[in-house]
Amino acid sequence: MAEIRVNNLQKKFGEFTAVKSSSFKVEDGEFFMLLGPSGCGKTTTLRMIAGLELPSSGEIYIGGEEVSQRPASQRDIAFVFQLFALYPHMNVRRNLSYPLVSQGLARDQVHTKVQEVAKILGIESILDRSVGGLSGGDRQRVALGRAIVRNPKAFMMDEPLGALDAEFREHMSVELRALHDRMKATTVYVTHDQLEAMQMGDKIVVMNHGVIEQFGKPQDIYDKPASMFVADFIGSPPMNFLRFYGNVEMGARSFKLGQEKLAIPQMRIPFEGDLALGVRPEHVRFKDSSSYRGEVTATEYLGTTQIVTIKTAHGTLKARMASRDSARVGETVGLQFDAKTVTMFDNQTGKALRSALNEGVLAHG
Amino acid sequence: MAEVFLRNVSKSFEGNIALDRVTMEIANGSFVVLLGPTGAGKTTTLRLISGLESPGEGDILIGSKSALGLTPAQRDVAMVFQQYSLYPHMTVRENLAFPLRSPILNTPEVIIAQKINEIAEMLRISGKLDNKATTLSGGEMQRVSIGRALVRDPSIYLMDEPLSSLDAKLRSDLRVELKNIQANLGATFLYVTHDQIEAMTLATQIGVLDRGRLVQFGTPREIYENPANLYVAGRLGIPRINILPAHVFAQSPKLAISIGLRPENITMGKGRNSIVRRVEHLGDQTRLHLNFKNHDIVTLTDVHTSLEPGDYIAIQPRNPLYFDAVGARIA
Repeated sequence: MAEIRVNNLQKKFGEFTAVKSSSFKVEDGEFFMLLGPSGCGKTTTLRMIAGLELPSSGEIYIGGEEVSQRPASQRDIAFVFQLFALYPHMNVRRNLSYPLVSQGLARDQVHTKVQEVAKILGIESILDRSVGGLSGGDRQRVALGRAIVRNPKAFMMDEPLGALDAEFREHMSVELRALHDRMKATTVYVTHDQLEAMQMGDKIVVMNHGVIEQFGKPQDIYDKPASMFVADFIGSPPMNFLRFYGNVEMGARSFKLGQEKLAIPQMRIPFEGDLALGVRPEHVRFKDSSSYRGEVTATEYLGTTQIVTIKTAHGTLKARMASRDSARVGETVGLQFDAKTVTMFDNQTGKALRSALNEGVLAHG
Repeated sequence: MAEVFLRNVSKSFEGNIALDRVTMEIANGSFVVLLGPTGAGKTTTLRLISGLESPGEGDILIGSKSALGLTPAQRDVAMVFQQYSLYPHMTVRENLAFPLRSPILNTPEVIIAQKINEIAEMLRISGKLDNKATTLSGGEMQRVSIGRALVRDPSIYLMDEPLSSLDAKLRSDLRVELKNIQANLGATFLYVTHDQIEAMTLATQIGVLDRGRLVQFGTPREIYENPANLYVAGRLGIPRINILPAHVFAQSPKLAISIGLRPENITMGKGRNSIVRRVEHLGDQTRLHLNFKNHDIVTLTDVHTSLEPGDYIAIQPRNPLYFDAVGARIA
């Protein structure tokens, strides 16, 4: 297995720039997520690493070797697609053997290898079945097996669970991650599903319009978003934004919103202009004595928690709170935000303003 | 008052039982959600009420009169399908007006114009009224389909997964809108979905269907906190409820075969040791995948927990649910 390094990678299709100057590093053995909406350049990035597309400029290193302009066949990478590409006329064993046979491996070695992989994936009992009659999960396992069996330097996965229904996807994502924990194979995984990225990834790259918006550990990206795009894309419901014109001074630990003085993580830069205060739903609380008020417009029961929608003078908020907390549609409530966790954004550029909360993360972002 | 009442309704298709002796009361002004996987009988129930199918046995009452002899048009129901079915050559306005211009209703044009404006406002499509239906985005088309049902004032609105073809963001927006619209109109809704979030957030009552049988009917809170059987317990809750053999924990009641433990109902730091297999940081919550006496358990913990794979942590159940050999709830 190997680390993967991408340096100033760019891809143009005619006039259209799909990927603009991306740089990141995938550590050896890491499960690495490329996350973003459709058209953001994540699949193009993956295909360039795999060698299915050649970059317009920039370099790709796999295990320290520059491979940017080499064809896929010389990169020793295995690709798993969204729609499991299996040979329908072959049984499971022959599907798994095929990549090895075509590499010219001896028969008994092929047999041993296939047996080993089947054991890892828990598909020993279906080795002699035809792939036509398999369940979605088993087909997916066989497709994975075909990738694993070659023992490549890294795996590239393009929304491999995208075609599955929600319940089964949940199950397969746990299984896939457990498999990774056993094999420790460097994996680059493309998804548009933020929950999947958070759930499975060691690190996440969030892309938008061909640009890397943020790169880091899932919890850091959630807690300390570098931009309003990231804050909005990650989390369900996403981060709330209260928009207003105002100023915050360098070193400030609070600011005024309406009549209320709200505490924030200490600012590392001054700013005046259109601001957005970013607050995660679980960091909104009711506090009777607060003069910052809003009207409850909806409540949604979710079992132990509920989502409460609140209309304020600066925009609509969603709060996540315990179901036993009382919230009635139509009532006016005082609001408080967890001061340590809020992020201030420049509402024009969408970029997060540097503060005691996020300075460590933004420094290398 | 019951707007719609199903009495012992059964329906088979070529010997396959789609609906099995279902009795259900949909009260005036309620928002009833039928929840179940594909093939549970949800859509069949809607089609029986709308008159697109007739029951093999049982009776269907709409507004306390049997509807069995009535055609779909005579039944005074409005239906919204999963796939928007608009007239492509008509504008949004004409699409919305269409149901009101039916000869049975024969609505005056002044009222039609007023109705359309009201509904368009509610669904935030006022700016699109004069656009051709085909120029709309998927989300807008689905709003128009819902609008086409809402311009009418039927006894009941029947909705068959109306949001399932939309993307996540729009779905969650429309969910809130739909709930508000229903409450403001005081209308009666029967809504079919396999999405548990929709069921929990929209419903005044949820009916859980399992292979044609109505296994529980109650408020979302009742269904979540007090499931009648193992099947129902597994339908609501993210992450899913943990189901373990009852003997894994001491003090299980006598006939208990399985124990159901919601992920949030596991106390940590007390009880017997489990080993941490995986820590999932999801942002607003952190899930722990534990192994306890060779059984996998998922629980929730502090967002910024320091636990790591390989650590040991003692766990103890809180408010466990017990089920017998056939999966029925016993405590």
